[in-house]
Amino acid sequence: MELKTLVNKLGREMPSFIEGYGEVKPYSGPFTTEASGRKYAPLKSSSRPGDLKLLGSIKEALEKVEIKDGMTISFHHHLRNGDYVLNMVVEEIAAMGIKDITICSSSLTSAHEPLIDHIKNGVVTGLQTSGLRGKIAKEIATNNILGKPVIFRTHGGRARAIEAGDVKIDVAFIAAPSCDPMGNMNGKEGKSAFGAMGYPMVDAEYAEKVVAITDNLMPFPLAKVSIPMTLVDHVVEVESIGDPAKIATGATRVTKNPMDLLIAENAAKVLIASGLVKEGFSFQAGSGGASLAVCKFIREYMEEKEIKGSFAAGGVTAYLVELLEAGLFNALLDTQTFDGAAADSFNRNPNHIEMSASMYANPHNKSCSAHQLDMMILSATEIDTEFNLNSMTGSTGMIMGAQGGAPDTAAGAKLTVCVAPTMRKRIPILLDKVTNIVTPGETVDVLVTERGTCVNPLRTDLIEKFTAAGIDLMTIEELKSEVEKLTGVPERVQYEDKVVGIIEYRDGTVTDVIKQVKK
Amino acid sequence: MKKLRRTMLFAPASNPKLLFNTAIYKPDCILFDLEDAVRYDEKDAARDLLVEAFKSIDYGKCEVFVRTNPLRKPTGEKAPFGELDIRALVPAGMRRMRLPMCEKPEHIEELAALLDEVEKEHGIEPGSVKVQASLETPIGVMNALAIAQSSDRITSISFGAEDFTRTLGTDRTKAATELFYARSQVVMAAAVAGVDAIDTVWADVSDTEGFIKEVESAKNLGFSGKSCIHPSQVKEVHNIFTPSMAEVEKSVEILKAAADANIQDGGVITVKGKMVDIPVIAKAERIVSLAKGAGLIK
Repeated sequence: MELKTLVNKLGREMPSFIEGYGEVKPYSGPFTTEASGRKYAPLKSSSRPGDLKLLGSIKEALEKVEIKDGMTISFHHHLRNGDYVLNMVVEEIAAMGIKDITICSSSLTSAHEPLIDHIKNGVVTGLQTSGLRGKIAKEIATNNILGKPVIFRTHGGRARAIEAGDVKIDVAFIAAPSCDPMGNMNGKEGKSAFGAMGYPMVDAEYAEKVVAITDNLMPFPLAKVSIPMTLVDHVVEVESIGDPAKIATGATRVTKNPMDLLIAENAAKVLIASGLVKEGFSFQAGSGGASLAVCKFIREYMEEKEIKGSFAAGGVTAYLVELLEAGLFNALLDTQTFDGAAADSFNRNPNHIEMSASMYANPHNKSCSAHQLDMMILSATEIDTEFNLNSMTGSTGMIMGAQGGAPDTAAGAKLTVCVAPTMRKRIPILLDKVTNIVTPGETVDVLVTERGTCVNPLRTDLIEKFTAAGIDLMTIEELKSEVEKLTGVPERVQYEDKVVGIIEYRDGTVTDVIKQVKK
Repeated sequence: MKKLRRTMLFAPASNPKLLFNTAIYKPDCILFDLEDAVRYDEKDAARDLLVEAFKSIDYGKCEVFVRTNPLRKPTGEKAPFGELDIRALVPAGMRRMRLPMCEKPEHIEELAALLDEVEKEHGIEPGSVKVQASLETPIGVMNALAIAQSSDRITSISFGAEDFTRTLGTDRTKAATELFYARSQVVMAAAVAGVDAIDTVWADVSDTEGFIKEVESAKNLGFSGKSCIHPSQVKEVHNIFTPSMAEVEKSVEILKAAADANIQDGGVITVKGKMVDIPVIAKAERIVSLAKGAGLIK
């Protein structure tokens, strides 16, 4: 049978129907999909006086929620590389002889590598996540151990998919650093505190059953509630939900890498020249390298001009907390807290505000903070001459990243700036076509690198402003050619026909598919 | 317009990444090092890398220097790598070099003779390769003027404090009083010879405040620039060695008034109540030249 294919607006060819995923809706632009119909809703439930929710073990909880073959269960990745919860639950499910489970997690980390065996044994047969790295990613990209594609969603897209019923969660397992016996919980107190609980706030509302797993059982009623007992079926107390050393330690500091600082300083010049850094502006930056360093240079300008911003958002780090506490922003909006110092701020500062992934970035609700952003700074593993960004796969074709909130915020912000070095380990990141598209080029305005700054030709207004401000610009083709003089043009990786990953845009259309790497 | 040499950013030539990344920090000059920063067993490999870099990398507006290994050991015997460096790098495109541990005019004369030979051998215009003599010992500093005037190839002299204090038998301090006489001597010799004087490095990268003080002192003493060991130092040196826009505008005004009054060769006028004569005009010319070099004005 001949495979029917389609080509989306980004020029990516893909099958129009993919086994294990279904019919493909092609990406057709950042705001072309209108929401329609009713939201998905779990069944009604009732409670009686004297009901008890506290159970003795994860096994007991699995029995209570009547776990069975073919179910979809959800997790969140706020415990990052220190998470014990997903492995404990899946281990128990495997021991019960259950098969064919789909895991819908906000993301997966290196802590989750035991999943490889569960996939090979048929316990886990579906993965939905924001990203994949390490050994699981390698097994998927090169060996296709899952046998069907992993669905990669943006943070906003996951919230939308859950609300829309694109994914129906049978049981949500929520790691709770503090929880009372009725299921009121937060992420801000306890030995495993991680901060904001933005991702499972959505799961809790739409899952059929909700199980809180805590290592810090507090007396009822818990004072600070992120997810209320009205949504929770069962509570399980365990010894530990994660390794505190890998959850949220220390304080993320601005890089000292001179190249990152150079890129960040040039990016700050671009932001300032755009005219958007003014009283009441809003800002989001990634937590790593050059992205976070942009804050340092913007801070200097804000202090000099006595500018106070409205809010800074995103994965919140110690450095954003410093900006809040220096009075440079009115508030921080936080879905996922990135370090211990920021978790501490979230616990004590009322202007450090928790938001669900839906409030953060879901395009199909009535407002999200991503759409209130003046500017967004992000990075990428590759960028092409159409300004499309890849943050999911490397030039080797290996899955090594995540969608995160990049496509959400790039679409939402008035100005989206990608900061990146032009080469990594001597491999150029500028290409005619990126290996996989994650953030469409039509939502990316500027690329700032150590060797030059390029503006998306769609933004003639920015080209005029930057030129007037004396910023040297070059076309992205010129930059690419300059870099290739140093690096040469590397050979591209070869692929099989088999689709191992689907990159869903935030509205549920498909931006790209990841194919199995040819061995 | 005077060629700016406010910053000379060191980069060990043994590190391939630095061969193509150092220029992004936009120092006025890059100084690829084959001498102290390169391990003995990597000397040949570093030289080979640098030869290839000269052939294939466009350094844009940066003036590229190489600190070669010395031609002579301190004892006076021939040193092992210096001549090999020059014989390999000049044909590859090296046109600026720093000769380390230069102590007397004879060191430059020996180098000039070698360069004459290599240029001739490869059909390169005679005198193309320019030299910066590095004065790093009390004898080198005492001979500063003779060295600076020893060859037309000399375009600058530099001062190296680490070896200087070692051979002087003292320690380097942040107050730098032990260097005052030597730095002044180097600057004076450069001024007499009509070449640039480049100040020594500041090793404590984390002490930005101390660095800024030392750069200010170097500028006030009359140095044209400073050797830098970290990219973060480049911006600080440029800030200090580049005139402010207010200074530039004032200087442009003085030059225009002087030209209008035709006093460039003698005479006095007042501009905004202040006396302007030949020394004031000369200072204004220097500032405007620096501003043009730094791209502040066209």
